[in-house]
Amino acid sequence: MIGGLFIYNHKGEVLISRVYRDDIGRNAVDAFRVNVIHARQQVRSPVTNIARTSFFHVKRSNIWLAAVTKQNVNAAMVFEFLYKMCDVMTAYFGKISEENIKNNFVLIYELLDEILDFGYPQNSETGALKTFITQQGIKGQTKEEQSQITSQVTGQIGWRREGIKYRRNELFLDVLESVNLLMSPQGQVLSAHVSGRVVMKSYLSGMPECKFGMNDKIVIDKQGKGGASDEAGKSGKQSIAIDDCTFHQCVRLSKFDSERSISFIPPDGEYELMRYRTTKDIILPFRVIPLVREVGRTKLEVKVVIKSNFKPSLLAQKIEVRIPTPLNTSGVQVICMKGKAKYKASENAIVWKIKRMAGMKESQISAEIELLPTNDKKKWARPPISMNFEVPFAPSGLKVRYLKVFESKLNYSDHDVIKWVRYIGRSGIYETRC
Amino acid sequence: MTDSKYFTTTKKGEIFELKAELNSDKKEKKKEAVKKVIASMTVGKDVSALFPDVVNCMQTDNLELKKLVYLYLMNYAKSQPDMAIMAVNTFVKDCEDPNPLIRALAVRTMGCIRVDKITEYLCEPLRKCLKDEDPYVRKTAAVCVAKLHDINAQLVEDQGFLDTLKDLISDSNPMVVANAVAALSEIAESHPNSNLLDLNPQTINKLLTALNECTEWGQIFILDCLANYTPRDDRESQSICERVTPRLSHANSAVVLSAVKVLMKFMEMLPKDLDYYGTLLKKLAPPLVTLLSAEPELQYVALRNINLIVQRRPEILKHEMKVFFVKYNDPIYVKLEKLDIMIRLASQANIAQVLAELKEYATEVDVDFVRKAVRAIGRCAIKVEQSAERCVSTLLDLIQTKVNYVVQEAIVVIKDIFRKYPNKYESVIATLCENLDSLDEPEARAAMIWIVGEYAERIDNADELLESFLEGFHDESTQVQLQLLTAIVKLFLKKPTETQELVQQVLSLATQDSDNPDLRDRGYIYWRLLSTDPVAAKEVVLAEKPLISEETDLIEPTLLEELICHIGTLASVYHKPPSAFVEGSRGVQHKRLPGSAGSGESADSPDTGSAAGVSEAPPAVIPSQGDLLGDLLNLDLTPPTTSGPPPAPSSGMQMGAMDLLGGGLDSLMGDESEPPPVPQRTDTPQSPQLSHQSPSPPDYSPTELGGDLGGSPAMGAGFGAPPTAMPASFPPPVSGGLDDLFDLGGSVGMPMGAYSPPKSIWLPAMKAKGLEISGTFARRAGVIQMEMTLTNKAMSIMTDFAIQFNRNSFGLAPAGPLQVLTPVGPNQSIEVALPLSTVGPVMKMEPLTNLQVAVKNNIDVFYFSSQYPISMLFVEDGKMERQVFLATWKDIPNDNEAQFQIKDCHLNSDAASSKLQGSNVFTIAKRTVEGQDMLYQSMKLTNGIWVLAELRVQAGNPNYTVSLKCRAPEVSQCVFQSYEAMLKN
Repeated sequence: MIGGLFIYNHKGEVLISRVYRDDIGRNAVDAFRVNVIHARQQVRSPVTNIARTSFFHVKRSNIWLAAVTKQNVNAAMVFEFLYKMCDVMTAYFGKISEENIKNNFVLIYELLDEILDFGYPQNSETGALKTFITQQGIKGQTKEEQSQITSQVTGQIGWRREGIKYRRNELFLDVLESVNLLMSPQGQVLSAHVSGRVVMKSYLSGMPECKFGMNDKIVIDKQGKGGASDEAGKSGKQSIAIDDCTFHQCVRLSKFDSERSISFIPPDGEYELMRYRTTKDIILPFRVIPLVREVGRTKLEVKVVIKSNFKPSLLAQKIEVRIPTPLNTSGVQVICMKGKAKYKASENAIVWKIKRMAGMKESQISAEIELLPTNDKKKWARPPISMNFEVPFAPSGLKVRYLKVFESKLNYSDHDVIKWVRYIGRSGIYETRC
Repeated sequence: MTDSKYFTTTKKGEIFELKAELNSDKKEKKKEAVKKVIASMTVGKDVSALFPDVVNCMQTDNLELKKLVYLYLMNYAKSQPDMAIMAVNTFVKDCEDPNPLIRALAVRTMGCIRVDKITEYLCEPLRKCLKDEDPYVRKTAAVCVAKLHDINAQLVEDQGFLDTLKDLISDSNPMVVANAVAALSEIAESHPNSNLLDLNPQTINKLLTALNECTEWGQIFILDCLANYTPRDDRESQSICERVTPRLSHANSAVVLSAVKVLMKFMEMLPKDLDYYGTLLKKLAPPLVTLLSAEPELQYVALRNINLIVQRRPEILKHEMKVFFVKYNDPIYVKLEKLDIMIRLASQANIAQVLAELKEYATEVDVDFVRKAVRAIGRCAIKVEQSAERCVSTLLDLIQTKVNYVVQEAIVVIKDIFRKYPNKYESVIATLCENLDSLDEPEARAAMIWIVGEYAERIDNADELLESFLEGFHDESTQVQLQLLTAIVKLFLKKPTETQELVQQVLSLATQDSDNPDLRDRGYIYWRLLSTDPVAAKEVVLAEKPLISEETDLIEPTLLEELICHIGTLASVYHKPPSAFVEGSRGVQHKRLPGSAGSGESADSPDTGSAAGVSEAPPAVIPSQGDLLGDLLNLDLTPPTTSGPPPAPSSGMQMGAMDLLGGGLDSLMGDESEPPPVPQRTDTPQSPQLSHQSPSPPDYSPTELGGDLGGSPAMGAGFGAPPTAMPASFPPPVSGGLDDLFDLGGSVGMPMGAYSPPKSIWLPAMKAKGLEISGTFARRAGVIQMEMTLTNKAMSIMTDFAIQFNRNSFGLAPAGPLQVLTPVGPNQSIEVALPLSTVGPVMKMEPLTNLQVAVKNNIDVFYFSSQYPISMLFVEDGKMERQVFLATWKDIPNDNEAQFQIKDCHLNSDAASSKLQGSNVFTIAKRTVEGQDMLYQSMKLTNGIWVLAELRVQAGNPNYTVSLKCRAPEVSQCVFQSYEAMLKN
């Protein structure tokens, strides 16, 4: 199991050091600093073995978090724990920075004591932790309150406490998708997938049972079998094939496995209900058509056309096209039909920004790049042209069909809950080779 | 509010001030002071002096302050055990507190205070807490048992805590169950045979129920524990699988990977024709792909595991090639792993896409990645025949880029392509020859030379090309020298008229001017072959080569099986068994996959399990790790001699051994009943010793090994006959070394007490069907001995022991047969001392003092390797004359000097000197400069290499400095290690 946990600043100074196991000596702190943080070359692996001691590290801005062990631990668990710890810290004091960590070091030690016991991760749900790790001292809790805390921390529904009350029962569902694309210069899709998340903000009283439904092909087909055949044909078109999905720990996985229904008691506030991935019938919101021509040894001509491919009534936002330029670029002239384009020498790229663009439109940029003559034999690697954007629909085609709320003990029904649904599609790694 | 100010105090007298503040009456001030103490502790300052003052703050009802004090206690209790007792009362009291949070805090902290005296006070509170009404306290107490076990295992057993812990598996609270499982698993790991976690269908059922209810971490503990269980039949196996599969949709990747581990393992037991088996296979792919959208660090862990899964069950991910395409922004460690998996998944169906990708990668920035991409193109060509042509043209394009490392890498892989598809792509040779000058890496040079030699008849100026390499023959690496020798001989056999001069030149360079025994040997063989029977030479040197196989870099099947049982853990990330990186007893247990249901034998027996696993037709490969088998195939086991004195070590005995090759090695060859094909050992471009050095060892099919063996008797015969073509100047190292040995053996009055390391286990019983060998090396009265304890841990009697060594750096070889006269019964041990000679065949090993050994008994042949202390090779006449020492010291270039530190050695210089003398390290002179003693020492190795040393000892300083000078600087590191060992024992 995890033998110790260290947090360093970018210089390699220790900010937090908590050792759980006897086999981890004080010198382990220095070993990681010398061999990894101060190492000359780039990090070649997130797991480093130094003198039979294994170090796992992740970086958040310029803070290093390292877990140490001498045993054959579950490596995936260690990384998941490190991420979780980052989440918990962020939930408590915001951004993970040197200043915030120094300001909250007592709190961090208290958290580390609670969520990692002898190197075994324990309940690390912020909702539960915030009920008893407060930095305010525990003020005169009654016996009931105490046992409520402990039963929540250890209980089956460790992510939600009892007795929550809202005057207005309300919930928000965000379907957030990132669409990833790798396209060849000729316009052939080399790989494309959507990774999506359903994020829920729930402000519901009591312990509500929720049931979530979407246009999952498997569910729709199953229902279609029972109903009329023409309906099945109609709904079949609108359903989507989900390659795989994972759920927040509140979702009853065995029920999903057997009935493919998503039922759960949600945590209070914001959390990620599910993640999913689709690869079939993806709507690619933009198409990039590059044209790069080398004119002699000192000049490049670049022309890039982007086409939007969705309903004309919808608007895409925050569009940015990034056209890489060679390292020996001496000057760039750009002409674009829409938006603004600039050559950023420090980033070795032409950055073309368009605030808004409706569907089924097309725009173009052309640039002349002057190059310094070099005798560098190595060819320019021609990194791909990448794109960023945001569209108000789900590129996978996912639709929320329902989210039903049942709370038998309190007197509010599904109809009384105010529900909001929003779809946002963003670019993930959206690249076209040139 | 801002606590960061606590980090900044650097004043003098700080401790004193803190002391005052800690004893202040004001609560707030106390708390501030404790915070400052903790901050100092974090940055590594020693604040242990404040121990009593901090402990005084413990009695408080402020929980935050209490936690801080506890944190301090955990850090310093060990250094102040007596004072730590002061805290005991508060702990005991807190364990009775009405607030469950405080009870749990007390029991949690007590377990972290690793002071023996405290543990006895801990027992009673712990016992109560294990039965506490509050689950939060129970789950904390469960972990505390593991903590206590780590400090004092006996105490935990005596107090019956293990039974209580077992009872907690049936607890009503899922988190208590999970923690109890975690604690028990860890304790069981340090007692491999304790049967502590006796998993039976009832407990498994309880675990599976808790699995649905506990936290993500708890699920991981339970799944990892389930993976250790062996279901009784396929039905039970299926029902567990059914209940585990829902976990594949968990958001936590570790839960997913642990579930995959359980499924991969239990799947072995399912009959392949079962519908469920197919369903399960299909269910595994999507979650594995999903893991690739996690954060990069987890992607890395996932990819390392997928690499194993793909080798074990390629069908799972065969359609998912695209997800392994490298993204421009992936971290380099993710890129390299993806590339590996792409090659494994490459097939005729997807090869076009793969090639297009690889070509793209070959233009990237990172050198390692580019090299790997180029190599991958070559591997695709070999794996998918239809793509070979495209691969070759892609490689040619890459060579045109003239990027140095790309060109070299391309040439290395093109050589393999020529091997695989002879007489197909030779038209490209001209292009390759153009790049001859840019090759500066040995592997690329060797590959190019092989190509020139192999196709000498088609290259008009082959002789000129090879001649150009010959000019700097002695500066080349061994790999290149060997290759050049073979290539020129090939050229000569193909064009005898023009190249006579060249071949004579290379033969004399190889045999007369070289220190490398491998090169010399090969040179002599060619020389003699050519001078006695050119036709035979042609048959041998230009023999048809066996094809190279398709899959490369596969993990050896038994290791793969073990790693599959460790999916998700560090072992699967390193691709090494836990014993390779975990200290102590924890990693020693070897896990294996259960046997498949079809095997018809009890699945509990690990042997049948492995047999069934292997029979699933994994491609035959030579283990890429260690290459032990490959090397040892060149030697044979002498039959056991039960009477008579051991024969004198001579080449005659070697001959005898060679004759027996056929019979002795049959067992090694397994089912291979065909006679070995035509000998061609000397002709293969990558002979076994070369394969060590190449990053991706070329793959040897069993038939080729047969070829190797077939080649050996011919060589042996050559040795036996009086050398005809051997030049008279050839120094007879064999007899020389032998005389030395006998001289020494005969002399009397040797100083005794040479250093000999304690016995260690060389061959664990698990690996050798119950035979355990532990041993050590020693030099006794001038004779090197290998002292072994053979223990029979199997059920049957063991007889017919024999031993043989692989070629090694110093020519160590048994001086006689292994004297095990009586059969070794079950649970019986026998001590054997085997005298060794240093006249055996020589081959440089890595590390230098590595010795690979084969031991045979009536059951099987086993292989292991061990390292001997170089000090046993220090001969008794290693004392140099003063003058000679001085001259030699000056003569050896300073580059060859190596300096080392020996820490924590508490001998004075005289004691050190006499101690070293016992191991034949002779002090020639002693000088004292400014309180520092300088000892000048010499030693001589059995092969005549002198090592000179200067040992600096400063009175009162436990750190010594050793400077070593030697004409063969490779030995310095080993000598230094021996120095350390000799001085410290």
